[in-house]
Amino acid sequence: MSSNKKYWKSVEELNENSSIVEALQQNEFVEEIPTDEFLGDKDSLGSSSTSRRDFLKYVGFSTAAASLAACEGPVIKSIPYIVQPTEIVPGVANYYATTIADGYDFASVLVKTREGRPIKIENNTDAGTNGVANARVNASVLGLYDSLRVKSPMKGGSSISWETFMSETSSKLNGLNGKAIVLLTQSMPSPSTNKLIAEFKAKYGNVSHVAYDAVSESATLDAYQAKYGTRGMANYDFSKAMTIVSVGADFLGDWQGGGFDSAYAKKRIPDHGKMSRHIQFESNMSLSGANADKRVPLTPSQQKLALAKLYSSITGNSVGSINLPEALASAVQSAANELSKAGSNGVVVSGIQDVNAQTTVLEINEFLRSKAFDPKTTIKTRQGNNNAVTQLVADMKAGKVGAIIMNGVNPMYTLPNASDFKEGLSKTELSVAFSMKQDETSTNCQYIAAAPHYLESWGDVELKSGHYSMMQPTIRPLFDTKQFQEVLMGWTNKSGSYRDYLKSVWTQDILNGSSFNKAVQDGVFVMPAYRSVSGSTGSSSTIETTSTELKDKKDRTFLGGVIHDVAVGVGIKDEDKNEYVTSTTSTNVSNGDVSAVGSVSALSGGEAARALAKTTVANGMELSLYTKTGMGDGQQANNPWLQEFPDPITRTTWDNYLTLSQADADRLDIKNWNVANGGLNGSYAKVSVNGAEAITVPVIIQPGQAKGSAGLSFGFGRTSKALKEEMKTGVNAYPLYQNFSSVQDVTIEKASGEHEFACVQLHNTLMGRGDIIKETNLEIFNTKSKEHWNAIPVVSLNHIETPVTSPDVDLWDEFDRSIGHHFNLSIDLNACTGCGACVIACHAENNVPVVGKTEMRRSRDMHWLRIDRYYSHQDTFEADDAKKDGFSGLFGDNGSLGGFGEMEHPADNPQVAFQPVMCQHCNHAPCETVCPVAATAHGRQGQNHMAYNRCVGTRYCANNCPYKVRRFNWFLYNKNDEFDYYMNDDLGRMVLNPDVVVRSRGVMEKCSMCIQKTQKTILDAKRDGREVKDGEFQTACSAACGNGAMVFGDVNDKHSKITELKEDDRMYHLLESVGTKPNVIYQTKVRNTSKA
Amino acid sequence: MKKSYQSLEDNPTNNMKQVIYCSLTSKMYRLCLVLLLTFSTSLIAQEGDPVNGKSLYNSNCAACHKLDKAMTGPALRNIEARLADEQGLGREWLSAWIRNSSALIKSGDAYANKVFNDNNGIAMTAFPQLSDQDISDILAYTAEEKKEPIVAQNAVADAGAQEGGVSNDLILGALAVLFGLLAMALVLVKRTLDRFADAKGIDVVGQSKRTPLWKAFAQNQFLVLVTAIVFLLASGYFVYGYFMQVGIDQGYEPVQPIHYSHRIHAGDNGIDCKYCHSSARVSKTSGIPSLNVCMNCHKSISEVAPETLAEGTEYGVDYNAEIQKLYEAVGWDGTGYTGDSKPVKWIRIHNLPDFAYFNHSQHVVVGGIECQTCHGPVEEMEIMYQHAPLTMGWCINCHRETDVKVKDNAYYTKIHEELSKKYGVDKLTVAQMGGLECGKCHY
Repeated sequence: MSSNKKYWKSVEELNENSSIVEALQQNEFVEEIPTDEFLGDKDSLGSSSTSRRDFLKYVGFSTAAASLAACEGPVIKSIPYIVQPTEIVPGVANYYATTIADGYDFASVLVKTREGRPIKIENNTDAGTNGVANARVNASVLGLYDSLRVKSPMKGGSSISWETFMSETSSKLNGLNGKAIVLLTQSMPSPSTNKLIAEFKAKYGNVSHVAYDAVSESATLDAYQAKYGTRGMANYDFSKAMTIVSVGADFLGDWQGGGFDSAYAKKRIPDHGKMSRHIQFESNMSLSGANADKRVPLTPSQQKLALAKLYSSITGNSVGSINLPEALASAVQSAANELSKAGSNGVVVSGIQDVNAQTTVLEINEFLRSKAFDPKTTIKTRQGNNNAVTQLVADMKAGKVGAIIMNGVNPMYTLPNASDFKEGLSKTELSVAFSMKQDETSTNCQYIAAAPHYLESWGDVELKSGHYSMMQPTIRPLFDTKQFQEVLMGWTNKSGSYRDYLKSVWTQDILNGSSFNKAVQDGVFVMPAYRSVSGSTGSSSTIETTSTELKDKKDRTFLGGVIHDVAVGVGIKDEDKNEYVTSTTSTNVSNGDVSAVGSVSALSGGEAARALAKTTVANGMELSLYTKTGMGDGQQANNPWLQEFPDPITRTTWDNYLTLSQADADRLDIKNWNVANGGLNGSYAKVSVNGAEAITVPVIIQPGQAKGSAGLSFGFGRTSKALKEEMKTGVNAYPLYQNFSSVQDVTIEKASGEHEFACVQLHNTLMGRGDIIKETNLEIFNTKSKEHWNAIPVVSLNHIETPVTSPDVDLWDEFDRSIGHHFNLSIDLNACTGCGACVIACHAENNVPVVGKTEMRRSRDMHWLRIDRYYSHQDTFEADDAKKDGFSGLFGDNGSLGGFGEMEHPADNPQVAFQPVMCQHCNHAPCETVCPVAATAHGRQGQNHMAYNRCVGTRYCANNCPYKVRRFNWFLYNKNDEFDYYMNDDLGRMVLNPDVVVRSRGVMEKCSMCIQKTQKTILDAKRDGREVKDGEFQTACSAACGNGAMVFGDVNDKHSKITELKEDDRMYHLLESVGTKPNVIYQTKVRNTSKA
Repeated sequence: MKKSYQSLEDNPTNNMKQVIYCSLTSKMYRLCLVLLLTFSTSLIAQEGDPVNGKSLYNSNCAACHKLDKAMTGPALRNIEARLADEQGLGREWLSAWIRNSSALIKSGDAYANKVFNDNNGIAMTAFPQLSDQDISDILAYTAEEKKEPIVAQNAVADAGAQEGGVSNDLILGALAVLFGLLAMALVLVKRTLDRFADAKGIDVVGQSKRTPLWKAFAQNQFLVLVTAIVFLLASGYFVYGYFMQVGIDQGYEPVQPIHYSHRIHAGDNGIDCKYCHSSARVSKTSGIPSLNVCMNCHKSISEVAPETLAEGTEYGVDYNAEIQKLYEAVGWDGTGYTGDSKPVKWIRIHNLPDFAYFNHSQHVVVGGIECQTCHGPVEEMEIMYQHAPLTMGWCINCHRETDVKVKDNAYYTKIHEELSKKYGVDKLTVAQMGGLECGKCHY
């Protein structure tokens, strides 16, 4: 039962003696207004040259000046079009379907444009594949308006014209005398580009194409290729899995290119008493681990052993003795038992970058005949090949490469051996980087080919076999840019535009008679044979047979030429496979610590698993390099939305850091502590791989981090002219990414100094109200009544317990809201994975300002929508309470941890719950009654209105808000050099939503429940003279939520989804006991565990 | 001098009045008049009524023909005389051509075929409905002489009128001086009289004995208090009034880069507002029409009618020059687009603050509000100005008074039925529908 659990947002809260927690529980604003600083010191006050009289004079003068200045209105000019395009009506948004394919994120999206400016990315609900935009994709629109973009082609740091660029590069390409030309590109599963590259090769000869992923999935690709013949990754549909075991795969994050969470979320909502069960084995606390029903922390090398054991337990094949600790072994065994029981409803995934591990996973899934496992549909969004890249760097250093042409990659930043690459680059006769920025790589190249943003480009992507996605420009290029494909066409002397080329390729090879215009309009095209695959839910064996034929046919068409290039050094098995027949291709992979077992024998006998089982557990610390939800591989590091996006797990912004377990941190004398203003400080640690150059990183002690492991994220520590100074945050982890292995044996020692984090996790604490989140487990949910696990709080009325929902105990008069619309927003804690897409969508829709790291640290974040992350103990506290009472403090100086070191600590492996919180739009809103100027008032439709121009900034409302969702504009965040983010330059301001006011200094703001969107929907219906249909009403967050966790609608529409959800047994209000009657409702989290 | 004359023929007496100001001009006028009258007599001699001919011409011919300039069809000034002189073709041929030109072409008439080919093979619309009298009226109209000199005359007349205005000022100035002198004389007279009285020993009665009025006033504290309060209240009222109008630009009438007359377009020509401001139907902004919308009509209207041109003089504007400004902006050289365009930087008149959301389509389409309700008598405005104060109070008042237009709108059916029952009214005002809530306009 939920009330037995204790929730905490920060380990600091577990320390009962912490004064800071006490202070935060008592005070709304962490910082006292420092009146004593200037009023307390009489001397300085007396000696101050500004007297009271002076002050009054200045005030008088400035008031008079301001009012005089206000008398004359500015002359505002309006410039209409000369010829207005028919599709553009000023004030009306247009939507275009396009695709992001930046080498790391691939998604079919809708782009909202206003007066020709793209201002927001939305999900393309028509796209079955990757139709959901994650936080980074949502934020990518800001990259278009990046003021540091390269505005024309450049040579040696100065601008040149495209004519000069083309003539000079062409002559150099032709004068290489047979030296190799290398195209080093991001993963580009683009049929038309690949055809162009093939033509480029035909013209110049001696051209090789190397695909390079900054964060490599090479081992996965190798394993899949060895087994199925195509370079790619197996597709998984988690909506078909009832038991999911993940060994180190953050499949709700960026594993295999991401995009699996919406299918996963479908089965996480209890339906007729059933929901999927998710067991996660991992070392870093990831999004997937946070969402798991059972999470087992273990080091990366133990993960390999666990996978081997899983394999042997499920298949019954012996893999030899496995050296796992008792507790872990039994955890793996029970997971294996659950999987065996689930049979084809089970699925295993792994993120271990090891061919053996990946082969083993494929084996297990085939053995299980997993329905969720779909190897016939190949995911093509990762193509990088470690060996090819390594070989390329060696070749460049040896001077064998005549010309290198790079597109969408930044090896000088992302390569672990960047200095080697730089040396090699200087030995080439021609180096061209297609880049939007003067980044680490392009500044070291002879030519920067100014590349357009994806919103200015044409393109196509084959996301999965048979699933195509179309990229179309949504704005005319802002600068003098040309895309890679256009220049390739120029080099091969092809006439016409790339768009025409693209069209001809699609018409000939893909569309098979379907309309090109329709494909552009939809943004997606699925080959007919694959449509049935994506739509089927039952056994898929018959469909798979047909799809194999088609896939092979298509592979010949598009990928034939490409595979051979990307697969340098990897043997390719070309023979057709029947279902579940495996090959014996031997693959040589030099993959760091597994080099001893590098040879893969992917026989069903399970040699791969046996090799895995031989993994020796490292004695020292193992570092897992990962990507953060907000930053990915780091190419959007100049995006202030993403820098300010709080990491879902650590809730830290503007930084990356080493995550350590409490035990390891204690051992190394590394600490985290909160200072007086609520900010988090931490020690630094020095991390070195193989005794090589050490990097110094700040440390965050991460509950749930496996002992003996550490985590560090990519994507930070960028330098170069591509970023504003403010964005050069964190530490670059790529130098530690030796041999493209995400797991490294490291030595960690404490370094001097302390780091100031901008961590929002202690902001706006629970205020001692633990019942803010409700959860239960599936067993109780299925067997007990709602009153047991989702009881309505009671208050005493004449000594009789009365539910707070009763009008008898309400201080307020009820207002009749049964007429017209009454909006409610439902948030399902089961379906919410904490991915944060809604946070960025809200940012973009509502012109939420970016405040920067120092302001974040002062709890002055402006996010209208935050995703609270709560930790809780895995078991009931009843059993632990007795022990816990004995402590005078759980860890730290009291030394109780030393004494009870072996005793399980709440922070060792907490359960995690995510709870998005925005303004709850209380029908009985405490904020409204205290506003002295009636700036915040209630609408009949349920929204709590906020009239910014009326607000005088008393902040009473924020003090009186039990949910802490109101945000105060401490400064002017636009057109202010102190906040030099996107709102400070003309280009960046183009992303602002013209329908929402940009707030000024000194006013309170908060979630408006996207009233601009509900008003628009109503107006559209009025103009058409019809009623609003269910599903038409959306907020930015509910529209961005691909998981279906957020549902918005009109509860007065009795047939709507939201009405159904409001009647649901799981429904509860946040802090119901306060009696605020919110219009945001939550659905109790149900964990698929037997213990609560 | 405000409204002058429409044209000379219409209002010769009026002209006579105007010419008083300048004898030189009046002489030229008379000359001109005589000339014109001579011509008119000659026109009447042709048995056609040029006045009726003009209206027939405008309704039937003007779409393709101009009098002095080839458009879709050839120029028609003195067409009958020219035909007779050059081709020896008479009224019969012309009537046949006008009534059914294609039949004439088919019949193999040589000149008919030549005209047809000269005009890019575009057949003229047949007008079988025109009677002989109609045709002769039209021809009478086409035979009228061009009126260019009149415009020049007008300009001169106008200049004269302006000189008259200056002399008015002079008169006023002289009067002021006169009054000043009078006042001085009075003072001098009084002094002299006083001196006389002094000399004769006569005591002028009374003045120093009574307490002066201002002193009595100052001594009466009650009066002082009342006056002070009145004064303070009054000044408070005016100060308040002054500050409350800060930022309110009612009557704002800026000079625009192109003198665009709503009076001519919306008033005289009766063009619907939403023909040009089409986005008012679908968008939050009414939109300033893009220049291609202007060119829908102005491709063929390169100059205004002489009467309109004359009207322009009283506003000090040459409409034809303004149309040329449009052509320059849009890059039109009379036959085609040159591609050399310059956007027009209009000065925005109605500036709602950013924190207020207003949607035209809500009011225009859903609410069915006339544009004039907020924008005033636009069809009478030579220069557009801000009619309404655009203050929140003004919005709210309207929302309180206006009934929601629910007829034939299925969106409102349910909510109106329920709400009107709740409030016990037949018709709901916008306010009752929730139109006064802060968040409806401020977000």
